Amino acid sequence: MNGVLVKSYPAPAVNYGEACRYAGGKKGDAALESALEECYAGLSGGLCYRVCYTELALQKRGELLDLSFAQTTSADLKKMLDGCERILLFAATVGQAPDRMILRHMRLSPYKTLLFQAAGSERVEALCDLFCADMAREYGQKGFGLTPRFSPGYGDLPLSLQREVFAALMPERHLGVTLNESLLMSPSKSVTAIIGLRLKS
Amino acid sequence: MNILDYMRDHLLLLDGGMGSLLQAQGLAPGDLSERWNISHPQVIVEIQKEYFEAGTNLLCANTFGANPLKFDEKELEELIAAALQNARRAKEESASLQPKWIALDVGPLGRMLKPYGDLEFEQAVAHFSAVCRLGAKHGAEVIFIETMNDSYETKAALLGAKESCDLPVFVSNAYGEDGKLMTGADPLAMVSLLEGMGADAIGVNCSLGPDALAPVVEDYLKYASLPVLCKPNAGLPRVKEGKTVYDLTPEDFACSVAALVKKGVRLAGGCCGTTPAYVKALREHLEGVSPVPLTRKEQVAISSYTHALLFEGDTTLLIGERINPTGKKRFKEALRAGDMDYILKEAVAQEEQGVHALDVNVGLPEIDEPKMLRQAVESIQSVTDLPLQIDTADPVAMEGALRCYNGKAMVNSVNGKKESMDAVFPLVKKYGGLVVALTLDEEGIPETAEGRVKIALKILKRAEEYGLCARDLIFDPLALTVSTHENAAKETLKAVELLTKRGLRTSLGVSNVSFGLPARDLINSAFFTLAMEKGLSAAIMNPYSSAMMDAYRAYNALSGRDRQCVSYISYAESRPAAVPASAAPAAAQGEEGTNGGCPLGRAIEKGLKEEAARLTLRLLEEEDPLAIIEKRIVPALDRVGKGYEEKRIYLPGLLISAETAGVCFDKIKERIPAGAGDKCAVVIATVKGDIHDIGKNIVRLLLENYGFAVYDLGKDVSSEEVLEKTLEVRAPLVGLSALMTTTVPAMEQTVRLIHEKAPFARVMVGGAVLTPEYASMIGADFYAKDAMEGVRYAEEIHNTL
Repeated sequence: MNGVLVKSYPAPAVNYGEACRYAGGKKGDAALESALEECYAGLSGGLCYRVCYTELALQKRGELLDLSFAQTTSADLKKMLDGCERILLFAATVGQAPDRMILRHMRLSPYKTLLFQAAGSERVEALCDLFCADMAREYGQKGFGLTPRFSPGYGDLPLSLQREVFAALMPERHLGVTLNESLLMSPSKSVTAIIGLRLKS
Repeated sequence: MNILDYMRDHLLLLDGGMGSLLQAQGLAPGDLSERWNISHPQVIVEIQKEYFEAGTNLLCANTFGANPLKFDEKELEELIAAALQNARRAKEESASLQPKWIALDVGPLGRMLKPYGDLEFEQAVAHFSAVCRLGAKHGAEVIFIETMNDSYETKAALLGAKESCDLPVFVSNAYGEDGKLMTGADPLAMVSLLEGMGADAIGVNCSLGPDALAPVVEDYLKYASLPVLCKPNAGLPRVKEGKTVYDLTPEDFACSVAALVKKGVRLAGGCCGTTPAYVKALREHLEGVSPVPLTRKEQVAISSYTHALLFEGDTTLLIGERINPTGKKRFKEALRAGDMDYILKEAVAQEEQGVHALDVNVGLPEIDEPKMLRQAVESIQSVTDLPLQIDTADPVAMEGALRCYNGKAMVNSVNGKKESMDAVFPLVKKYGGLVVALTLDEEGIPETAEGRVKIALKILKRAEEYGLCARDLIFDPLALTVSTHENAAKETLKAVELLTKRGLRTSLGVSNVSFGLPARDLINSAFFTLAMEKGLSAAIMNPYSSAMMDAYRAYNALSGRDRQCVSYISYAESRPAAVPASAAPAAAQGEEGTNGGCPLGRAIEKGLKEEAARLTLRLLEEEDPLAIIEKRIVPALDRVGKGYEEKRIYLPGLLISAETAGVCFDKIKERIPAGAGDKCAVVIATVKGDIHDIGKNIVRLLLENYGFAVYDLGKDVSSEEVLEKTLEVRAPLVGLSALMTTTVPAMEQTVRLIHEKAPFARVMVGGAVLTPEYASMIGADFYAKDAMEGVRYAEEIHNTL
């Protein structure tokens, strides 16, 4: 069992198409894109791109999936982890800047709130993509392929697994990400997920 | 020996990491290490003995995560008692001879405070109080608050410690690579907050290695008058042969930390990745090193949750005066209605004008000022990071606001009357603050400048008796109106000059000088310029006055404060040019457009706010306000709403149009008496346990635009609160929102309560987890699939009244 590692990344390139999609806007809406550009400019200084992660053993016992840090009977996760003997568990955050802007506008401008929500979601997903690509490179050299990432709350994997994820990764300590009573994370633009490591044949 | 006495002449060696050492002994991921105090006491004692033998003076007991959110009351006390007992055993059994003390280690609670998380500030204070009380009871000699990455939680912890025991309190924050706390505070902001509240030592730990933390530590040394502590990590972690290792050796680590000690750090140790070997190496490096003497830093500062504001000799700071109901009809109405959004708009608008801090005054005879002031401070600090000036004559309201303020506030005000000083100074001592001292006393306001300076010195002397000093005070020698006293301005200006020469800071409520005169801006701005020339540190002023802003920018350029006139040039370029009245185009109304809408309607559909505001103002000169709403604004909103329902217009388009219509309504409201054109009351809320409110906010905005009197109770609202408001305003309609399946039961309970106790009200529900079937199952009267459907239903209800 390794300890938990922490990584910081440089800012990934902005995908305006994705941000438009998160905002529920029309693809290629120039006015929306330019409004989003302003949001990104307002955020840029305050964003961080940090991940903490650990590699763990995976065992299957009948219906039960033993993830080392927790056990689950999620069929969807089991299907994704088919053929894997190890997993990566990670938490990622772009920090509190999006929350600050969302809060600032929430009472005054639902429109801007929506845009900052969208921009923040795009940022944290882009960070996850960056981290996964980084891990694919690193584990590729060791002969592993990576499954897609799978988060608590997806499919039949219960959101309540967040408690175990937090106990194992301690993102409070490593990233400043906390879990509230309703199992939501703060900063809200944070992600936790499991990735399967599959030995390439 | 008392540790604080010892620290006066000695460096204090702290301990190092614990978690990774316990993991090496078999602590599994996810296990709570505090439980090992009871299950594996020997392991804990052995590690701590090693720290003492390596030279540690102050050892933290194994209580980092021991708090009421992780353990029940009984177990918490058992764990804290056992942890302190283990530490005492280690102290007694270790062979080394240096002076040794034991601290209760207090880490973050692991839950974010409101408004970013769901934990109430006072709840956090209560949890920290409970922990510290147990620590004191079971023999801790110091409270060591550490690894805090949020200024608000740090404040809660320090307050909790101070209110529950008399032990010395050391406070250490965890900074990121950007030199800030996760929630945004920089070192000067934290130094200002923590020194103001009376911590005994402050500093940094965790996150980074000693070299990466050095710039933050140097900022602490530059600004802090208190002893500075430093516990860095052993560099950065990486995986080597399947194990986590840190990149600094004990020797590298000790060398870097010793360099910081030579710069002035007085308490040093390590955090993640460090072991007794690191502490031993550090001790060896510090052999023969004497502590750098402490010096008192003289900066005068206030702070917010991100930054501090320095009151330096050659700058004048602008404090926006607009959050104050005096003489403002709309503001008073907003306060009586509990309309916080009106206040928030004032906050943001003043920030956009370039003020440095905001005065917050919500005093009205008929409202509950303590409650309203606290609510205003909490709300304002969620929309802006400008430091705030708490402005109230009520000590109870002042204390509540100072408590919940996330930073070191400016306090307005104290004066030379004994009663005032005895009420205000204890609060400033406890919570920190820069207090505005008005130079008047029981005898009134002296006419001469010398008389006012005399009162200032009397106030300073009294403040010192309360443990405060000159840098906790800023003096207001009182601007009086020149319309009744021809020498009033001269004496005030002279007082500013005399106080400045004594090295004291000054502040003025500038606008008072012109009271009773026409064209007040002319007088105010000239007076402001003269006062700046006399050394005025801060002005409470109206930032919407272009004469005042002009005077400020021009004075800075003329006085050499604005190097190469950079600020002046950028201000002048963006400054709206004065337009001769005759040049304004006349034709605004009429001309029905080709798209079936008027120009105003089209501006709303396109979301052009400034254009829409301009058109509305112009229309108001010619048309009945209600006709503008009914014939122009509502039809435009209807077209947008229909477009959204038909999927021709997308969500961002719907929202920006609604906001633009909101701007028009604001302009119209200024012209028409309150109440006119209003539809029935609607109470809306996101139910208990749910913090998602985007959908609810959209509903509110649209309902307001359609003329409904909306009472928005916010998110995470209990069924009792919804009922109370529904009964109070006798609302015929209640709207409830829930996004998470886990909170649907709370919605069901609220529906039931409303139907039972407020049978006159219908309940409509909405939110991602709901379906029409689900809605009818929980007893709701209506399911709104989106905001527009909600509006249509509200109109239906209104029409049946």
